[in-house]
Amino acid sequence: MASLQEYLFISGLLFAIGLAGVLVRRNIIVIFMCLELMLSSANLTLVAFSRFNTGTSGLPDYNGQVLVFFIITVAAAEVAVGLAIIVALYRARQTVNVEDLTSMKG
Amino acid sequence: MPFFFYAFAAIAVIGAICLICFRNPVNSAISMVASFLGLAALFIGLNAYFVGIIQILVYAGAIMVLFLFIIMLLDLKAVERRQRANPLFLLGGIVIPLIFIIQLCAILPQVPNQDSEPLALKEAAKDFYDKDRKPGEQSEIHQSLEKGSLPDVHLVGLTMFGHKGDNSTIKTPGYNFPLQIIGVLLLVATVGVVALSLKKRDSLPENSEH
Repeated sequence: MASLQEYLFISGLLFAIGLAGVLVRRNIIVIFMCLELMLSSANLTLVAFSRFNTGTSGLPDYNGQVLVFFIITVAAAEVAVGLAIIVALYRARQTVNVEDLTSMKG
Repeated sequence: MPFFFYAFAAIAVIGAICLICFRNPVNSAISMVASFLGLAALFIGLNAYFVGIIQILVYAGAIMVLFLFIIMLLDLKAVERRQRANPLFLLGGIVIPLIFIIQLCAILPQVPNQDSEPLALKEAAKDFYDKDRKPGEQSEIHQSLEKGSLPDVHLVGLTMFGHKGDNSTIKTPGYNFPLQIIGVLLLVATVGVVALSLKKRDSLPENSEH
């Protein structure tokens, strides 16, 4: 079993990779996938803390895993709405490249 | 045991790097499935079997299929002829995550660097012993803990829905109300998706029937 430090480092690394993807990529669908990766890496942190916080009972702290369950549900709803927005955007503008979407630029 | 941790962590990280490096969105989606599978294996290594399976079913199954469906629906091949991105974005995309990693490395030594204690299943089983029931009719949780296996799904359910009686050590505020809010959120999301996908009436041709 690896230590809490290593789990938190992997989680932070995945979060940083997702952040890099959001900043670098220009395709809005790939940006959206990188957002999902960041949400998922936060889940890894929660599960690691849940496992390492055994407390007096000798069992993992299941409140953290319930929070992960809620995060996954919200992520699923977010993906459904976000992809519908992307499809509507593509119908209106015929592009998924964020550099072509400048109508809100000041 | 550490070998499996490093192997699956490597799968998760390499999948994530491939996600942002491939130019074709379909390849990105497939490498993201690999990343999520590695992450699910890490969850299972942390004794969170329920969350690991949910991760595979919901993320690697449903969500990524939705992504692939949309990528193929929009037929994004034509968009790939773009030249390189603005170097300023590239620089920001490398520097900002790097600063984040450095901050992480600075804060991580404060975390205790020791392996997790093994789960005390037999001891925990005593807490779930119900005096009002016969020894053969104890709860599922008590029986599995006695046998030395972790009843992960039952314990998540117990935490989520709360429990009666004082013979349990699981401390939970009870998540009935948040669960209902999540249900309303899913309903609103469904209605919103339908509303977004509807074509506007005035954009239809004039001779279409109403």
